[in-house]
Amino acid sequence: MQGNEACVEGALDAGVRFYAGYPITPSSEIAEDFAAKLPPLGGKFIQMEDEIASMAAVVGASLAGQKAVTATSGPGFSLKQEIIGFATMVEAPCVIMNVQRAGPSTGLPTSPAQGDVMQARWGTHGDHPALVLCPSSVTDAYLLSFQAVNWAERFRTPVIVLLDETIGHLRERVRLPGREEMVISSRKQPHGDPETFQPYEITDEDLIPPLPPYGGGYRFHTTGLYHDETGFPSNRPEVTDRLLNRLHEKIDKYKETLFLYESYGLRQANQLIISYGASARSAKAAWRKAREKGLLVGLLILKTIWPFPEEIVTQAGHDKNNIVVAEMNKGQLIGEVERVMDKRIPIRGANRADGVLITPEQILAKLEGVN
Amino acid sequence: MELEKYFRVEKLPHIWCPGCGHGSVMMSIAKGVDKLGWDPKKVVVVSGIGCSSRAAGYLNFNTLHTVHGRPIAFATGVKLANPELHVIVITGDGDGAAIGGNHLIHACRRNIGINVVLFNNQIYGMTSGQYSPMTPEGSMATTSPFGNIEPPFDLCELTKSAGANFVARGTVYHLPKLDSYMEKAFSKKGFSYLEAISQCPTYYGRRNKLKTPLEMLEWQKENSIDIKKAKDLDPEELKGKIITGIFTERDEEEYTVRYDKLIASVQGGKK
Ligand SMILES: Cc1ncc(C[n+]2csc(CCOP(=O)(O)OP(=O)(O)O)c2C)c(N)n1
Ligand code: SF4
Ligand SMILES: [Mg+2]
Repeated sequence: MQGNEACVEGALDAGVRFYAGYPITPSSEIAEDFAAKLPPLGGKFIQMEDEIASMAAVVGASLAGQKAVTATSGPGFSLKQEIIGFATMVEAPCVIMNVQRAGPSTGLPTSPAQGDVMQARWGTHGDHPALVLCPSSVTDAYLLSFQAVNWAERFRTPVIVLLDETIGHLRERVRLPGREEMVISSRKQPHGDPETFQPYEITDEDLIPPLPPYGGGYRFHTTGLYHDETGFPSNRPEVTDRLLNRLHEKIDKYKETLFLYESYGLRQANQLIISYGASARSAKAAWRKAREKGLLVGLLILKTIWPFPEEIVTQAGHDKNNIVVAEMNKGQLIGEVERVMDKRIPIRGANRADGVLITPEQILAKLEGVN
Repeated sequence: MELEKYFRVEKLPHIWCPGCGHGSVMMSIAKGVDKLGWDPKKVVVVSGIGCSSRAAGYLNFNTLHTVHGRPIAFATGVKLANPELHVIVITGDGDGAAIGGNHLIHACRRNIGINVVLFNNQIYGMTSGQYSPMTPEGSMATTSPFGNIEPPFDLCELTKSAGANFVARGTVYHLPKLDSYMEKAFSKKGFSYLEAISQCPTYYGRRNKLKTPLEMLEWQKENSIDIKKAKDLDPEELKGKIITGIFTERDEEEYTVRYDKLIASVQGGKK
C-alpha cells in the first residue's frame, strides 16, 4: 500500500464520509482515492475551486454532522490557514493532511521536505493550540490518520497529519491491528432541552462542549468572533480570556496521552538522535550503523510533534552528552528541543533542505566518535 | 403574519446604523422562509463578514457566521453533507463579489441548492467605506477619494451565465417586490441568486450627496428600471441604472440530487 492511500484507509475506517479538496502534488492520490471510495460508501467527495473553499466545505460538512477531511501540500496548506483558525475557534472537528514538498512558494513539487513544521503549529493567526501527527511509515500513515479523525472528534479541533513526499509515495507492506482494536470516537451529543441549549456551555470535566448536527433539532449560532457559552459574540475581556484558555486547556489536560513516539536503546546510550517523518527512517538506519560501530546511541522517533512532547524529549535526553535532531529543513523542531533541554547538553542539527532525502551518513556524521 | 419566531428577539436591537437598508433585507428573508413554511430546525443560514453578514446572528435558525468571502464554500459543505437542509447564504457586495466571487460562480455552475441573498449597498460598510466591485463609477469612497474609475460588476448577468437556476434583483425601496423574489428564489431547488439593493447612509450616502436614508431610497426609486423595460433601452441609457426583476428562471437538476443518483448507481441499486 502507498502512504497516501493508507491515509485514506485510516480516515475511512475512522468514519470519514466527506472529503473536499483541490489537487496538488504530492497529495493528489489522497483526493483520487477518496473520489473512488466515498460514493460506494454513500459518502461525498467534492473537488472544490481552490483550497480555501475546500477547507470551508470541510468545516461546513463537519457542522452538518459528517466526519470530514481535506488534503493538500505546501501552497494549498498556506491557503487553508485562515479557515483552520476558524475551525479551531468554533471547535469544528476536521482533519487536514499536508503532504509536504520543498518550499517556499512552488518550490520543488515532487521532492520531500519537512518545511511546514512551524506552519502547522503557527500558520493561522492568533494564539491557538495545534495537534499535529507525523507518520514515518505507511503503517503510521494509516494509524495516525485514524487517530487524527478520532482526536478531531474527541477534542473538537482541527488535527493535522503532516506527511512528506517520501511517506506519501512510499509503498510498503502494512501491518494493521485487528478491527476490534481500532476504537472509533465521535463528537459528544447534547441530551438536554433544545430550547435552552447553549452550544458552548461546559458541563463536563474534559472542557469540551457537545456538537449536534444541523437539522438534528438543536438550533445554534456559530461565529469566529470571540463568543460566550451562548455562541454569540462578546468582547468582554473575561469571556475572551476564558474561551482562549479553554481552547488550550482542553488539549493540554490530556497532553500526556497524546504523545505518540517510538524509542530505541535509550537507556544504554550517552548520545541521542531525535527525528520524525521520513527523516526518521534515515535516523533509524544511522542509529543501527552507530550501534554496529559500538557507539552508545539512542533513538527517539516522534509521531506527535505538536503539542511538543516536552516530557518525552527531556526524559530521553537529560542524561545524554550529545543530541542530534535530524530533519529535512533548515532546523525547525530543533528549536523546541533546545528550548526544553538543559543548556549544557550540546544539540546539533542534521539538516537537509535540497529536495533530497536526508541520508543516514549525514546523521551519523553528527554523532561523537564515529571516525 | 407571525414573524417574531424567526428572530432572536433577545439579540435586538441590532448593530446597524439608523437608516441602514440591511434590516429590511433580513426581514424579507424571514418572510420568505415563512411563505415556504420551512421548519426552522432544518434551515441553515451561512454568512460571511460584513455588516450584512451580521444578520445571521438575529435569525433564529442554525446560523453560521464564517470568514470574509467564503460563506458559499461553507454552505456547499453543509448542503452536500445533508441535502435535506435549506441553506441560505447572506453575503455583501464585498463579501460576495470581491473576495468571494470565485466561490459564487462555481456554486452557480454546480447548481447546488443554496439560496444566496447578496445585500448590495455598493460599499464596504463594515470597514468604513472603501469602494467595492459593485460601487458605481464616479462614486466617492475612502479608497477612491477622486471618484471610482472601476466599472461595477453586474452579478445578475454573471450568475445567470454561470448556471444559476434563479436570478433576480430587487431593492429595499420596492420591498413587496423583493419579498416576492425572495419567495421565488427559496422555492427553487437549485442555486438561486437574489441581489437586494440596500443602502449604507453612513459610508456611501454621506460621501455621495445622498445625505439622508430617505434620499438614498429616492435614488433607488429613481434609478430602478424593470428588466422588461430595460430590454428596449440601449446600453447608454442603462448606464448607472439598477435593472430590477427576474433575470432567469430554470429547472436544471440540482447538484445534490445528481450526487445521490451517482451514489445509487455506483452502489448498483443496493443500499
Ligand atoms: C480576509 C479578510 N479580509 C478583509 C477583511 C476585512 N473586511 C471585513 S468586512 C469587509 C467588507 C465588507 O463589505 P460588504 O461585504 O460589502 O459588507 P457590508 O459591510 O457592506 O454589508 C472587509 C474588507 C476580513 N474580515 N477578512
Ligand atoms: S455602516 Fe453602512 S452597512 Fe454598516 S450598518 Fe451602518 S449603514 Fe449599514
Ligand atoms: Mg457592502
